[in-house]
Amino acid sequence: MDSISFLIEGFALAIQPANLIYAAIGVMIGTAVGVLPGIGPALTVALLLPVTFKLDPGGSIIMFAGIYYGGMYGGSTTAILLNTPGESASVVTALEGNKMARSGRGGPALATAAIGSFVAALIATLGLAFLAPILVKVAVKFGPWDYFGLMLIAFVTVSATFGSSPMRGLTSLAFGLWLGLMGIDQLTGQARLTFGVPELLDGVEVTTLAVGLFAIGEAFLVASRHLHKPEKPIPVKGSIWMTKEDWGRSWKPWLRGTVLGFPIGALPAGGAEIPTFLSYNIERRLSRKPQEFGQGAIEGVAGPEAANNASAAGTLVPLLTLGLPTSATAAVMLAGFQQYNIQPGPLLFTQHADLVWGLVASLFIANVMLLVLNLPLVGMWVKLLKIPLPWLYAGILVFASMGTIAANPSVVELLLLTGFGVIGFLMRRYDYPIAPAVVGLILGPLADNALRRSLQMSLGDPMILFQHPSSAIMIAIATIALIAPFIFRGLSRFQHDED
Amino acid sequence: MRNFMKYGLMAAIVGSVLSFGSLSATAQDLELTITAPAGAGGGWDSASRSLQEAMMATGNAKSVQVVNVPGAGGTVGLAQFIGSAKGSPNQLLVAGITLVGASISNKSPVNLTQVTPLARLTGDPLVIVVSKDSPIKTIDDLLATIKTDVAKTIWVGGSAGGADHILAALVTKAAGADPAKINYVAYSGGGESLAAMLGGQATAGVSGYGEWEGQIKSGDLRALAISYPEPIEGIEAKPLKAQGLDIELVNWRGIFAGPDVQGADLDALKAAVDNTVKSEQWQAILKARGWSDYYAPTDEFKTFIASENDRVRSILTSIGLAD
Repeated sequence: MDSISFLIEGFALAIQPANLIYAAIGVMIGTAVGVLPGIGPALTVALLLPVTFKLDPGGSIIMFAGIYYGGMYGGSTTAILLNTPGESASVVTALEGNKMARSGRGGPALATAAIGSFVAALIATLGLAFLAPILVKVAVKFGPWDYFGLMLIAFVTVSATFGSSPMRGLTSLAFGLWLGLMGIDQLTGQARLTFGVPELLDGVEVTTLAVGLFAIGEAFLVASRHLHKPEKPIPVKGSIWMTKEDWGRSWKPWLRGTVLGFPIGALPAGGAEIPTFLSYNIERRLSRKPQEFGQGAIEGVAGPEAANNASAAGTLVPLLTLGLPTSATAAVMLAGFQQYNIQPGPLLFTQHADLVWGLVASLFIANVMLLVLNLPLVGMWVKLLKIPLPWLYAGILVFASMGTIAANPSVVELLLLTGFGVIGFLMRRYDYPIAPAVVGLILGPLADNALRRSLQMSLGDPMILFQHPSSAIMIAIATIALIAPFIFRGLSRFQHDED
Repeated sequence: MRNFMKYGLMAAIVGSVLSFGSLSATAQDLELTITAPAGAGGGWDSASRSLQEAMMATGNAKSVQVVNVPGAGGTVGLAQFIGSAKGSPNQLLVAGITLVGASISNKSPVNLTQVTPLARLTGDPLVIVVSKDSPIKTIDDLLATIKTDVAKTIWVGGSAGGADHILAALVTKAAGADPAKINYVAYSGGGESLAAMLGGQATAGVSGYGEWEGQIKSGDLRALAISYPEPIEGIEAKPLKAQGLDIELVNWRGIFAGPDVQGADLDALKAAVDNTVKSEQWQAILKARGWSDYYAPTDEFKTFIASENDRVRSILTSIGLAD
């Protein structure tokens, strides 16, 4: 068991006082930038790179890992409290989390997110330590056809679940897919649906759409109602801590979210969004109280948050074993490695074993620090909700616009944000679900590219999707998930007839 | 955000003053802004930040700020720079060959011939690889495979119309096949295309050498050739030129000033850049980052830009990405 002795050595490196301080600074900065929309961990790490040039490689990489994990924690806080997801991976958290907060259960929502993130990151970091070399061999075999199969599953489960009627869900999804087509097509380099606006050539930012639809739309709706009947601030009901029932309803979603998040995060084009969507849907299906979904179900926060953090650890698998950054933050971390003439890749585990295991060990430590930092903060965060509504929503509007401008300073971006805010208001007013639009924007281009890459490699033969067992199985699952509800409905009607 | 930039910048300044305090006595009064027409973490961003570090460390500028303007292969940043930096004595832009290609294939109204070249800085070689199990052993084997069936030769590499795509097209043309028929599967970057190479989904792949160095050294990928004109120390693969193909393509990055910057203003910027590039600090950065020095002074760089613009346009036209 070489790995274990290496891991012990890693801990010896990570608990050196200087490295502990780097980890602490990292998680604090990370939490701060995660809370502020717009300043992602990627930008922060990029800004800090020149500073850390003077530190030793171990220390600075440990600090970056702290920022990375901290950002994931912080992003969920604003999603839950303010319905303003700071990054696309916490869009799902906002769905149930904000409903919980608005019914006075913000404390348990934040707690289950923090503890779920902790559990998931802990298990996933173990997975990173022991499974990385095996997992990566499987991950590179994942061809475009397999990605297409995975997208199909995501589409079917997501579009079937949201909204009061399938038609409304599909309309919202179609809006997202249309937005997803905008910009330069990656496979041909040609512009689609950009209407001659150069800023649209890169397509619509997911966070701009999410913040516009969720936060700004919400603020408009509250404002329109406030004119007639001023709402009172949201009271905090019951304990701000999780009850026994909350624990009982949370622990299984944490574990299931981890199992989804880690492997999908380890895929070179997996990302954090797909596992959070899948986790939400699975929890909704498995929940004993499915009627609570849409009203603030704790499972809908616990599962996706665990999936989000597990996938963050998963992202480190291709980064460390292949030198393959699969997120913007990972790309900046790669630059951090290169700054010290360390090339992550197949040789990293043998050439710089001390560094790799030091990093893994400090991820454990960063996790513990984050939990210690975040749980006491829950009480403070929840007080935010006591702010009178007009002030709170004015604050949200300022933060959301500032965050968008910070990420991409352009007038077009601000106009898009406002436009999406108006659309979000109208969708709420006329009872269209919002999440499918965001899903469409995220998954549409991925599915588009995966299908066309498959066809390009097979010289146009669509059978390639079924020739690989893995993709054939996933397409079958998607088909069953699509048809099954109709069959069951038919069967139960049939049984009714017999009665 | 503003605060954050300020803190980052302050920390950077503090850091450099601590280490190079003795040199800052000769600091000039230039207060510069470098536009990186790309998001944080990419090649242009890291080149800009490295230049920022070196210029302040060597005392060739009093302060340097980096601004990221991402979008459309750099054309959004370029358009903004052309508007705001006209005649400006303290604005710089970092850009490279990708921006040349992007302004052509996006049919952008702006291109790099509209700004004032200062110096070419770095140039990284591209590498052509096959998987370790491939029957293709040499570049000649690859040329023969292309000649047999150009459509069945699946290339993977970075985004459509970028340097990787251009190199694949040049090799296809050299094999005697029609570059318009090339089967090039574009990925968003060297990372995703690496997975496709390792998964055995493609015939050949193109990327920056540095991005795939680990896999080449570990033997998972077989490097057939690099696109640099001369052999590079530490890289086993030979240049295409040394293997009988008249192809050279370098992923270069350079630094520019705004349109219509002239006279004393231009000379000051030129001197600041030239002194920085010749410093030990800059050489140390090149080494640490694994970048190849590809320095060319202003006049040479100016003719180079014009010829790259024509060359890239003709290749993109031949693969149907420009008219």
